[in-house]
Amino acid sequence: MNDLSMSLQQQVMQAIGNRTPLCITAGGSKAFLGHDTEGMAIDVNAHRGIIEYDPRELVLTARSGTPLEDIENTLAASGQMLAFEPPHFGNTATLGGTIACGLSGPRRPYSGSARDFVLGCKMLNGKGEIASFGGQVMKNVAGYDVSRLLAGSRGTLGILLEISLKVLPKPAASVTISRECSQTDAIIAMSELLSKPYPVDAACYDGERVHLRISGSEQAVSETRKKIPGETLPDADTFWQGLREHELSFFHRPGTLYRIAVKPSTRPLHLNGQWLLDWGGAQRWLYSDEDMQTIRHQVELSGGHVAVFRGGKNETQLPAPLFALHHRLKTSFDPGNIFNRSLLYATL
Amino acid sequence: MNHHPLISELKNILPAESVLHDREDVRPFECDGLSVYRRLPMVVVLPETVEEVLRIVRLCHEHKVPIVARGAGTGLSGGALPLEEGVLLSLAKFKRIINIDAENAMATVEPGVRNLAISEAAARYGLYYAPDPSSQIACTIGGNVAENSGGVHCLKYGLTVHNILMLKVVTMEGELLTIGSQTLDTPGYDLLALMTGSEGMLGIIVEVTVKLLPRPERAQVVLAAFDDVARAGEAVGAIIAAGIIPAGLEMMDRLAIRAAEDFVHAGYPVDAEAILLCELDGTHAEVSEYIMAVRKILTDNGATEVRTAADEAERQLFWKGRKSAFPAVGRISPDYYCMDGTIPRRQLPRVLQQINNWSAEYELPVANVFHAGDGNLHPLILFDANKQGELERTEEFGRRILELCVEVGGSITGEHGVGMEKIDQMCTQFGNAELHQFHAIKAAFDPAGLLNPGKAVPTLHRCAEFGAMHIHHGKLPHADLERF
Repeated sequence: MNDLSMSLQQQVMQAIGNRTPLCITAGGSKAFLGHDTEGMAIDVNAHRGIIEYDPRELVLTARSGTPLEDIENTLAASGQMLAFEPPHFGNTATLGGTIACGLSGPRRPYSGSARDFVLGCKMLNGKGEIASFGGQVMKNVAGYDVSRLLAGSRGTLGILLEISLKVLPKPAASVTISRECSQTDAIIAMSELLSKPYPVDAACYDGERVHLRISGSEQAVSETRKKIPGETLPDADTFWQGLREHELSFFHRPGTLYRIAVKPSTRPLHLNGQWLLDWGGAQRWLYSDEDMQTIRHQVELSGGHVAVFRGGKNETQLPAPLFALHHRLKTSFDPGNIFNRSLLYATL
Repeated sequence: MNHHPLISELKNILPAESVLHDREDVRPFECDGLSVYRRLPMVVVLPETVEEVLRIVRLCHEHKVPIVARGAGTGLSGGALPLEEGVLLSLAKFKRIINIDAENAMATVEPGVRNLAISEAAARYGLYYAPDPSSQIACTIGGNVAENSGGVHCLKYGLTVHNILMLKVVTMEGELLTIGSQTLDTPGYDLLALMTGSEGMLGIIVEVTVKLLPRPERAQVVLAAFDDVARAGEAVGAIIAAGIIPAGLEMMDRLAIRAAEDFVHAGYPVDAEAILLCELDGTHAEVSEYIMAVRKILTDNGATEVRTAADEAERQLFWKGRKSAFPAVGRISPDYYCMDGTIPRRQLPRVLQQINNWSAEYELPVANVFHAGDGNLHPLILFDANKQGELERTEEFGRRILELCVEVGGSITGEHGVGMEKIDQMCTQFGNAELHQFHAIKAAFDPAGLLNPGKAVPTLHRCAEFGAMHIHHGKLPHADLERF
């Protein structure tokens, strides 16, 4: 257990005094995301330790540098889990980086995103102050929901020091049903499940087969298994783990990997390349040689958005009034613009 | 009578019947569900289109006149309390369900659509909207978003913030922003989280896209009686430790049980010190499996009686008792004051004991209704406003309960919001750095400070004054603030 809050605070105060931009780092497992940032490294990695965990309360509080693996192991020992199945992208992933990047795994459409499970946080802002938002309880509407705002803000608003998360019991049983089909049929099948009372908690199309994971009580799983056609996928955990961590062979190819978010029922997009559909069709991965403009145009026509995930540069933009608001919000947390400058947007 | 020049300008841009300023016309808008606070607005406007809202906002911005937005007015913290020198903007005419997209399990509606009306419209697709505040027949989705409303199914299905996808929002500067999207995430900061529960301080919600869920195959409820409140609390922890997340998990104490039973005859065991209602939903076989497990846990944890609703009618009756608890208490006391704190569940015995001690000290009875699954406690303090000093004693008692919630690691409000009512308790929950940040966020959205001013976030000076009156454990909050 190591509490480095004071030392981090001193470093921030010094940076404010010297007007030195800071680049927040910990495990470095997700450093490939986002724009290049400038600044002196401020390392949160050693600020670690689970502060409080009571399985009966379904709440865990830990310092931001705590390895994600430690947290998951601790939860597993009590039959619990992080229900948003965060991708680690390497064994150095920390809790802080996980929440700051706001990435969620295959379970996301059915149980919620990283931000959905954030209950509260303690942060170090750009004035060198330590502030706490939210709390350790499920329901809390006092003050603006700053802790969920910080999820996915990539450290541009401040340094996360402690995070409280809602955790959930692991399902008692799980089975994955798999069948060969076209992309269109997979999209229809996955989106039909959204209005069926089945305990589906992951759905993916890998380019050849649709995979549907059913999880819950023993009874729920065996009852539902009978209603969905297809074969039982052997070694399903390895498959979903591979999807979550981008370790499936699909992800082992050169080129630019695009992440496309659309409404789940969106029919196959007319873009050349290799496709993998996760999140029941709502998150689509594409390796393509088409230029970004063509891709963006197609995606936006269907009401979605796209970003380069690996192997390329992003030039994302927000509509002007929204960007102005982002700017004012950034300034409200970090008036000197010292944290992770340009990481989220080149001019933020 | 001299009118503010704004009124005639409003009449130029809106139909005559959409601008109200006679005393008797604005009277119905003087308060929300917390009627101890009342104030007449200068003028009430009832726009029908987004374009009208934009024009109103721009006019008000130009005249520097503040706006309070209002949905159905069922809120319980005075968040929609009007300002004497301000405009009350009612969204009552925004009643259209714009689209139900069953393929993607989402619905787009105007903010004045009632919470329950969404589920009713989605029912034909086997879908429903999960958050179900007890006022769901009357409250509107715009207000639900503004307050981040909960309900009895939050532990499993989340709050409003977990069940919405996209908002259209009019800012005080007259811009129409789209926040969130119909996809599962949106580039940039999570403004959707920030808007949800912002109590009308950051923008006016003019459209909401919600997530819909498939209606479970079956729901069943188990009722358990306990002769000790702490034991009932233990049983709640044991159910969760067994890996079961009930759809609803509610506790009532003796006074609440008796009041509810006298009112609706739900068949509650009136000699019990506490009852638990545990609802399980899912597939048929799953619910059967969980009922067996829950019954055993309840018995093992000392329940004196465990009953499973015999049929749907009895299930509804068990819930009717719980959902009628507030009006039931209203029948046995001239007035009651409903508190809304949250606590870590393990603190329940300590908090209830302290509430009982204070109840004796203040000579005011308390009935407790508890969303036990998620730690949201609703103590109802019984009082008589006609007895001199009783309202003041009640308010002081209530303040102490909320301060206790903070002290044990909880919050001053779980679902009713801060509004006017808990603005002083915000000083207990937060220090200067947090309050500064809240004001800075407000200024980022509304630099002129014209949206619902004076609510939700206290000024630092207010906290300094409040702190001077309320020295907590001999420690002065906001000790670093200058005092005049």
